[in-house]
Amino acid sequence: MTRVPDAPGPGLDGPRPRSRQPGGPLRLGVLLLGTATAVPLVVLFSAWATPETEVWRHLAATVLPGLLRNTAVLLLGVGGGTLLLGCGLAWLTARCEFPGRRWLDWALMLPLALPAYVLAFVTHGLFDAAGPVQRLLSHIPGTRTVSLEARGTGWVIAVLTLAFYPYVYLLARTAFLGIGRGTLEAARLLGLGPWGTFFRVVLPTARPAIVAGVALALMETLADFGAVSVFNYDTFTTAIYKAWFGLFNLPAAAQLASLLLLIVALALLGERRLRGAARFHETARGAPPPRVELAGWRAGLAATAAGLVVAVGFVLPMVQLLGWVAAARGSGLDQRYWTLLAHTLALGASAAMVTVAAALLIGLARRQLRDRPSRIAAELSTLGYALPGSVLAVGVMMSFAGIDNALNTLWRLAGGDSLGPVLGGSMAALLLAYLVRFLAVANGPVGSALERLRPSVVEAARTLGARGLDLARRIYLPLLRPGLLTATLLVLVEVMKEMPATLLLRPFGWDTLAVRIFEFTSEGEWQRAALPAVTLVLAGVGPVIWLARRSAATRGSG
Amino acid sequence: MPDTLLRLDDLVCRYGELVAVDGLTLRLRRGEIGCLLGPSGCGKTTVLRAVAGFEPVCAGAIHLADREIASPAGGLPPDRRSIGMVFQDYALFPHLSAAQNVAFGLRHLSRRERAAVARRLLDLVGLAGLEDRYPHELSGGQQQRVAVARAVAPRPRLVLMDEPFSNLDVDLRERLGSDIRRLLKDQGIAALFVTHDQHEAFLIGDRIGVMAKGRLLQWDSAFALYHQPADRFVADFIGQGRLIDGVLTAPDTIDTALGVIRGNLAYAWPTGHRVALLLRPDDVVPDPAGPVEGEVVGRAFKGAETLYTLRVGGDTEVLCEVPSRLDYPIGARLRVRAEVEHLIVFAD
Repeated sequence: MTRVPDAPGPGLDGPRPRSRQPGGPLRLGVLLLGTATAVPLVVLFSAWATPETEVWRHLAATVLPGLLRNTAVLLLGVGGGTLLLGCGLAWLTARCEFPGRRWLDWALMLPLALPAYVLAFVTHGLFDAAGPVQRLLSHIPGTRTVSLEARGTGWVIAVLTLAFYPYVYLLARTAFLGIGRGTLEAARLLGLGPWGTFFRVVLPTARPAIVAGVALALMETLADFGAVSVFNYDTFTTAIYKAWFGLFNLPAAAQLASLLLLIVALALLGERRLRGAARFHETARGAPPPRVELAGWRAGLAATAAGLVVAVGFVLPMVQLLGWVAAARGSGLDQRYWTLLAHTLALGASAAMVTVAAALLIGLARRQLRDRPSRIAAELSTLGYALPGSVLAVGVMMSFAGIDNALNTLWRLAGGDSLGPVLGGSMAALLLAYLVRFLAVANGPVGSALERLRPSVVEAARTLGARGLDLARRIYLPLLRPGLLTATLLVLVEVMKEMPATLLLRPFGWDTLAVRIFEFTSEGEWQRAALPAVTLVLAGVGPVIWLARRSAATRGSG
Repeated sequence: MPDTLLRLDDLVCRYGELVAVDGLTLRLRRGEIGCLLGPSGCGKTTVLRAVAGFEPVCAGAIHLADREIASPAGGLPPDRRSIGMVFQDYALFPHLSAAQNVAFGLRHLSRRERAAVARRLLDLVGLAGLEDRYPHELSGGQQQRVAVARAVAPRPRLVLMDEPFSNLDVDLRERLGSDIRRLLKDQGIAALFVTHDQHEAFLIGDRIGVMAKGRLLQWDSAFALYHQPADRFVADFIGQGRLIDGVLTAPDTIDTALGVIRGNLAYAWPTGHRVALLLRPDDVVPDPAGPVEGEVVGRAFKGAETLYTLRVGGDTEVLCEVPSRLDYPIGARLRVRAEVEHLIVFAD
């Protein structure tokens, strides 16, 4: 072997760059993201500083009590419904064995692919006067006078429960699967029967996960705009929409939005309290406990109940949607549809790229920056998912209006004519709203990809001379690619389905599929809404498969 | 010294309030293999990371081949130091094959040259034929060999190794250790590695530094560390043995619980001075005519020998290694004497 020459190696010659304080641009980016989340919120609450308007006084006197009552009823109903349905089904598929269990395991997540507003209008269409159910009934003598029209509180709660129970199901199931054989056997040895074990060991252990799942469902309920407007059920989101588009009163919309935000904050606080200090989620080691074998009528009942939920929550609505699409004989597949689809995809893709880039920035900052402001900003920027789309839209709109005002004032001082709106009504407003709302969605996969990338791997690459773009291209990109792609897909689909923020902030001419669905359904034209709805559902199946796979992976390790 | 490759002068590294490295000075010659040995948390890994450029230097300086590469004012970034590093977890690139891993740092070569170098190095570390395997398809020992090949591929003058064998079982450790030592010596590459295992340090290092609480206590050969420890911590940490109290009765004679022991060195302390004397297990031998009787309070069977812990004269404990065919149960009493030529004595 030849000996290493004593000449200095490559890179030791030449000018000597001093290593800079790490993370200058990174810190700036994180602080900006934190600010982008915080400013709309601050602006919302500052709406209370402006003197009380006539409109607001009127709203407060007339609709506010009803809004609060409706919201409370909805939260109680959907909370209880998702809790029972989600936990029950999770227990069945996680701990019992019955015919069709393997299939139902993941099929029970499918309703997640159906946006709540799609389920709502399909239900409405199924039961309205011209719908298949009523037609069927009209052939049965003596039922002519029965009206089944889907209207009223019960229907809204039923639809939202069916749409949102998968959140509870998913989290509870993972928690149930995570309880180890040892824990259960210890409980039995300590003298608890099967039911005692369930109520005194299993449920308390799974409580944090269940509470988190119900909180998610409630968050979605508060944020929902499309489904409640199909049923003409007044909530804060519909009131915000009316204040903005009906009365053109942005401050009133902001005051309503801030009230909604308070309710969201209370719900989040409630989750914290209920979860308490309990952070226990056991990741079971060793063999999972054996499933309870159901036989006879019990097995039949379990399979029927779970199957019925899948049928009502996914299969039937899909059949009806496809039926409507077929009845239209492709007449909806026109130029207009393709333009809508292109707009939706373009918006979704740009928002996804911006959001994933931001999530990457936050992930890197969490890894490298230890100072308090960066930490706080990183935490703050992930809060957006709790903000209902309509609240966010109002906040962003008001912030941008403020900036526009300032710009116009400056421009006039400089001697120019009025500039008009610069940022308000621009694509930037919509993209910012998407970014803030869906950053937490992108954070999941990006964060876990970064966690898997060990710091020593990056350091090893650096000792071998890789730096800057070279390092990004050869190490970061290939190793983070799966996580980045997943995050992009998830955000893309979320943006495609997003209704209220898009409705309120879209620039002129930028209608999306979700906006179109809203327009058709507010006219009662279920059939014409079917094609855009099917498109969204097909797009939504991807993330559901991803979720199913991920929870299968946690089962594999448990 | 003209052939000094790496020079650390009064190096200080801090994590907030915690002083991880506290005024460390060290010289490593070209082609020399140095080892930092110490209990976990003694700051040895921090030294390594400061040399690599991953930890800032709070005071002092690091020179590589007479060039300052780090000081409190900043330093050369890690990617410009041309120092190879083998990480404790190997840190192989999971998306690259073994050959691609080894070729990673060879950007300045053509594709063909890169492949040739990678092949030659993998051959050298005994992995011929596994060029196209991915890290997850290799065993722990094989991954370790790839990591070493990757670190030496760009021909650095210095390679740093952070507990390189801690994830391997004992047999593999010894074989790999001597393989790597040979590879480094053949290539003339100097190395600085850290370990908490003294056998590993003795096996590979030319010079070994014992560290405690961020300080380098002694930087010496294995022989010197064992036979001439510079202070009580080193004496205690290296090898086995017990420090027993004694009183100097003559410049070369100490009165202890094991009787009067006379060595071949004279000490400057005045007569009557209290000292501590290090006794290794082979310094205490069973002898029916020995001056003191000890009680067996602990025993560890080691195959050919048995290591006994004996209590002599009240609360003094010494170690005594005896061929294992002589079997004494706990509580047995046996007479011993000290058989020491070279006394290791510290002021009390």
